[in-house]
Amino acid sequence: MQAVLDAAPLLFRGFQITLSVALLSLALATALGALAAAAKLGGGALARGTAEVYTTIARGVPDLVMILIVYFGGQRLVSGLAASLGFSGRIDVSVFAAGVVAIGFTYGAYLGETFRGAYRAIPVGQVEAARALGLSRARMTWRIVAPQLARFALPGYANVWQVLVKATAVVSVIGLADIVGLAMRIGRRERDPFTFLLVVMAAYLLITSVSGWAFSRAERRLARGY
Amino acid sequence: MDFAEFCARAVEASQSGNPWFFNPCLVGYEWRRWALGVWLTLELTVLAMALGFLLALPMALARAARHPLFDPPVRAFVYVFRGSPLLVQAFLLYYGVAQFAVVRESWLWPYLREAWWCALIAFTLNSAAYMTEILRGAILATPRGEREAAVALGMSPALTARRIVIPSALRRALPQIGNEFVFMLHGSAIASIITLQDILGVGRMINGRYYVVYEGLLTAAALYMALTYLGIFTFRALERRYTRHLAR
Repeated sequence: MQAVLDAAPLLFRGFQITLSVALLSLALATALGALAAAAKLGGGALARGTAEVYTTIARGVPDLVMILIVYFGGQRLVSGLAASLGFSGRIDVSVFAAGVVAIGFTYGAYLGETFRGAYRAIPVGQVEAARALGLSRARMTWRIVAPQLARFALPGYANVWQVLVKATAVVSVIGLADIVGLAMRIGRRERDPFTFLLVVMAAYLLITSVSGWAFSRAERRLARGY
Repeated sequence: MDFAEFCARAVEASQSGNPWFFNPCLVGYEWRRWALGVWLTLELTVLAMALGFLLALPMALARAARHPLFDPPVRAFVYVFRGSPLLVQAFLLYYGVAQFAVVRESWLWPYLREAWWCALIAFTLNSAAYMTEILRGAILATPRGEREAAVALGMSPALTARRIVIPSALRRALPQIGNEFVFMLHGSAIASIITLQDILGVGRMINGRYYVVYEGLLTAAALYMALTYLGIFTFRALERRYTRHLAR
């Protein structure tokens, strides 16, 4: 127990890294998901095809495999390209960035489906009514579509977030000093991985519980019109 | 130039640093290992799902009925296993539990010493937690009329559960059980981290052995993708078959 207290500042640093990976991946996934949904809903054949290929790949490959591909494949691609440009030296891909890109890429596909479903849940009559009232496209999007999109997408968004947060644990496999990586390192040194892993578990339970509570509040707030 | 020589040259080429080179030979040459990897992945996934389901069914019934004695512990179990990463659960079992002399001296040790058992136990418990919530939702969504009809026919509560509530709930839960299959299939890649030679394990082994990068990882990715969509199609077929009466 004393060992855990001694390691607390370091573990807290790992906790912050875990949170940063999760939040940045969520931002990337949201952007990719919005793009994919927009392409599938209103894009041309090329955009739709690209989005279809993207979601098929990203939802077919495990996040752990994606992380390894982005990290080791990216490393090789970058140094190979640099070598062919005449640069001879070692280039390291950041573990943190590789984790964010891989997780954002994977869960962007799931969010794309969430957004698309939410958009289609908006009654057509509302858009027609907005048009009949002569609202401009931007105003219609902002006042009619966006609020309802948020309401319909929120439960799915919350689900993806809960899965995404837990997926960040896997980035420790490529050596990120997140809470899992640090706890394993210190736990092995102290010959007490069990206690340290329990701390990690508690940290994740804290994140999932707090965000679950926050999302259900937000859902209630966005649904207050109903 | 025979096949082996061709492969040897291709390996050389893939190590040469050309960032675009992918050596398909390594896939064909090591097909036995890949087949074993696919087998292990499927074995862990399907066993964890099946055992998880068996554990989840009574837990879901307890949750749905709000059993005063069993509901609170089940709720705690589900909360812990759904709220923390599968990786941490597997590590806790594989690296954590082994540190206790009590465990090492018990009858459990021959099992907990093995990565295969640790992976299977962790995956099963995780899957049981998710499945409990899926089944609970499906049970609670049982149409009132179905229960009333069972009561009107004079069925006992146990018979009602066995003949009416559970079959009806399973049909409704099928799409989510399909999702859980994909989740478990992808999660099972964690087995490779605790030294098992599943699909990803074989991919990493081949990468290390031939000093390559793409060959192992991209082949693993393609195999996982194939299994994912095979699973999705299978569950869709099951859904079509068992929810035909609901089709419009």
